[in-house]
Amino acid sequence: MTGSASVRTTSDPVRDRAFKTELVGLIPQLRAFARSLTGDPTAADDLAQDAMVKAWDARASFEMGTNMKAWTFMILRNQFYSEKRRSWRQSQLDQEAAERTLVAIDDPSAPVALDELRMGLAMLPAEQREALVLVGAGGFAYEEAALICGCAVGTVKSRVSRARRALLEILQRGDYVRDGAPAGDAMGSILAQAERLSNSA
Amino acid sequence: MATCAGRDAWRAWGYMKQSAKKPSSLGETRINQEAIGARLRQLFDDVVNEPVPDEFLDLLRGVDESNPVEDVDLDGKQ
Repeated sequence: MTGSASVRTTSDPVRDRAFKTELVGLIPQLRAFARSLTGDPTAADDLAQDAMVKAWDARASFEMGTNMKAWTFMILRNQFYSEKRRSWRQSQLDQEAAERTLVAIDDPSAPVALDELRMGLAMLPAEQREALVLVGAGGFAYEEAALICGCAVGTVKSRVSRARRALLEILQRGDYVRDGAPAGDAMGSILAQAERLSNSA
Repeated sequence: MATCAGRDAWRAWGYMKQSAKKPSSLGETRINQEAIGARLRQLFDDVVNEPVPDEFLDLLRGVDESNPVEDVDLDGKQ
């Protein structure tokens, strides 16, 4: 035991700086993943901030040069599910919000498609939705998504495949939400601000 | 439409909606899946491209202060 050793790992300013720079660069991605899990922008940012701080606190256990994006996504996901276990009732409120959102849509053009997709995503089982988001939008390989979700690679592949099929079916039938969407987070969708971009199109 | 890729995605999306009543061939399924994939990435990238709220960087500055190491510039400079 040298004098510099302590209960906490000794701070290494250079390493910390490199870690922080990379972590800051991942914030936009963390926000997007959080949004896809919660569907609510405010809750998503709270979640992303919690995950960011947890990642910082755990920086000593991260091996620099390995995949920090996957590592932070895993932290965020774990944080989400541990919080969610404490607040199942929230999903009911989300469902009502989703229905209001759908009712508000009467423009048959551009903005609808994103909302349709959001509603369709909301109908998927949570594990299928997150697998599809990670692989289909987050840019992760199946192997990375498996690490993030803590399951086998084959399981991720199967979830993504089922999610794609189910989503296509939901969107083609056009009966998202109406036909008794499974409770879940009906706003457990990718984002609440797609309208902004779509309206400017 | 916002972008070229967006325009193609829209065309494919409209195609998917029109073909909803017909049984899908493999080719149609592929086109539909590509349209969904493009939309999905757009939903995600929309959030990625939002400006990061100040609270995030403030939080990281906060951890610096509670840390007995030198102050770290968020731009990565010394």
